[in-house]
Amino acid sequence: MSLSIFQNMGLNAMNKVMSNKFHIALYIAPALLLVSVLVFIPLILSGYYGLMDWDGIGAKTFIGLENYITGIQDSKFWDSALHSFLLAVFSTLSLAIYLAVSIILASKIKGADLLRKIYLIPMLLSSVAIAQLWIKVYNPSSGILNTFLRSIGIENPPNWLADPTIVLFAIFIPILWQYAGFYILIYYAALKNIPESLIEAARIDGATPFQIATRIKLPLIKEVVSVTIVLAIVGSLKYFDLIYVMTAGGPNGASEVMASYMYKLAFNSYNFGYGSAIGFLLLIITMIVTVVVRKVTATKERIEY
Amino acid sequence: MGGKKTLTVLSSALAASLLLTACSGSGSEDASSASGETEVKFMHLWPEGSSKKHYDVVNEIIAEYEAENEGVTIDLEVLSNEQYKDKLRVLSTSGDLPDVGMTWAAGFLEPYVGGNMFAPLDDVIEEELSDAFVPGTAEAYALDGATYGLPLELNIVSLYYNNAMFEEYGIAPPETYEELLEVVDAFNEEGIQPIALGNRDAWTGSLWYMYLADRLGGADTLNKAIDRSGSFEDPALVEAAAKVQELVDRDAFVNGFNGLADEEAKSMFMSEQAPMYLIATWDLPNYTTNESVPQEFRDSVDYMNFPTVDGEGDTNSFVGGPGVGLFVAEESEVKEEAKDFAAYFVKAWGEQAVEKAGVIPATKVDAASLDLPQMYIDILDELNNASNITLFADVQMSPDTAQVHLDSIQALFGNEMTPEEFAKAHEDALSKE
Repeated sequence: MSLSIFQNMGLNAMNKVMSNKFHIALYIAPALLLVSVLVFIPLILSGYYGLMDWDGIGAKTFIGLENYITGIQDSKFWDSALHSFLLAVFSTLSLAIYLAVSIILASKIKGADLLRKIYLIPMLLSSVAIAQLWIKVYNPSSGILNTFLRSIGIENPPNWLADPTIVLFAIFIPILWQYAGFYILIYYAALKNIPESLIEAARIDGATPFQIATRIKLPLIKEVVSVTIVLAIVGSLKYFDLIYVMTAGGPNGASEVMASYMYKLAFNSYNFGYGSAIGFLLLIITMIVTVVVRKVTATKERIEY
Repeated sequence: MGGKKTLTVLSSALAASLLLTACSGSGSEDASSASGETEVKFMHLWPEGSSKKHYDVVNEIIAEYEAENEGVTIDLEVLSNEQYKDKLRVLSTSGDLPDVGMTWAAGFLEPYVGGNMFAPLDDVIEEELSDAFVPGTAEAYALDGATYGLPLELNIVSLYYNNAMFEEYGIAPPETYEELLEVVDAFNEEGIQPIALGNRDAWTGSLWYMYLADRLGGADTLNKAIDRSGSFEDPALVEAAAKVQELVDRDAFVNGFNGLADEEAKSMFMSEQAPMYLIATWDLPNYTTNESVPQEFRDSVDYMNFPTVDGEGDTNSFVGGPGVGLFVAEESEVKEEAKDFAAYFVKAWGEQAVEKAGVIPATKVDAASLDLPQMYIDILDELNNASNITLFADVQMSPDTAQVHLDSIQALFGNEMTPEEFAKAHEDALSKE
């Protein structure tokens, strides 16, 4: 009894605070301040720097849209964009595998808990550690991969990170491996959220486990799937760290992605203006793709259990 | 009601504290001059963890300097190489450079000098350091007639080889390029990858190209091509690029060299998987004094000057150059003290660097008076007899062109570019400047 009185008082006070516009602004201010200082202002600034001929140190000269025009005509930029899109395609396709794994994990098999933790391990490692690990795996002379290939009789196993025709795919593997645990965890949580009664009902109606997976579970977690697709695509387009550590975009640009190209221009070539312009183009491309993907994967009706 | 007031106070305190933390970086820095003390800020890139010996020598020099100059304190900040580069750039944009710091030669300097960040140091050299530097080293820090850096290191590149491996297979160390090709074939027949090369970093491959260019075209051809009084389409330079591909086609370099970092190539050489390795004198401690490298390996390593090619070339001509040097910030409020400290540091470093840290300084060294491993004495001798030292190409070039050079080197070594296309890529990049 007395408890509910206190609750009511609290609610009243809350309502009073929330009805005051000044207070609302005050509550939003800290977060808004942080987001604008750390995200929006740098964002606008880099778009602005893109209008400059600037080495990052000396004086800036305003050159209008020249950097952006050069960027649009820069074949190296489009090569790197192609690589980024390839990564996005592979990341999205690999989601199907993660989904399958999580459906199996969520269906009460033995040791599911342990397996789930094992899948999560790559998530716990830092990108640089993963990169170093895979550099060792791919080492053409003493790496575990080529040692294995030689032991089963392949005389000249590929030089994974040195061969421009395969380096990109060689790098994709650790990237996909790195995020597997993350997506499996998301799917697993979503699947666990499905009420047991629905599955029970399906089973009584005589549905096979495969039918339950594709006809019941999958439609029910559609929203989550569409969110992960956006995450995978956007994450791929701006991907940087593993590639930077493992090949730095080489050999001769064969594994360059948009973000690593931007870094190279700004920090290695001391072409900060042009690098900023590329960064801004990257932002625009990512935004367009996000909007399109959201449109395509949008679900009409909300699912409520 | 009291509750509402408290909320308001609390939330505004929160907002205020956010604002305060955002500004707190800029206060409390100019407190030094009040007590008559002068504070010189010094930033270097030899952290205790990775360069213990360098770090110790620096601290000793600073302690000595502070003892001799009362009222002057050196405020030290130490960062690792890449972090150092990033921080220097960030500080420069906010006009907050340390009074004394480290810079690299030639191309690296350009933007800083262009932005009037570094002070010219010709007066310091004239007054306190005249005739102190090995010829050609301080010049690498000169731009438009003024010198902006006092070099601390000097490195030359030699071909190091594992004598024990050569003896084991009865192969004699090569003296000419033609013999080098035979040696390569001989090792390949034994199933040993002949030359350790980590070309992911590309400057490593550039060393091979530069030496071949030097031997074929003489000391000046490459320099002239870079400073635009010559051309990369010079027959000698195209031929040098062709020789690179000849080596690649003969399987001279370890598998997948274009994907290996220099560190990985180094470890192949040091674990006796590959008998030859072209590298600069900064690696000398590994072959002489470094206790963590097995004694047996250190004893078996020897070096040679890069061989002649087609019977041409001067083996006393070297690829190399000064590493880091000291700059003094143009905007420094204690410029005179900073210059004084920089000059003192260079002199003291020159006296102590070889013996204590294994670094060959850019100042002249009297090898006879020092207790040094034989290989150091030999290399210092080579330096005294050097007819020419060509500065690393990627350092000579402006950062923009250097990137093109490094990318092209990878493509050339990967047979993705013909020697003619290699020359053209350089010509295109240089003509844009």
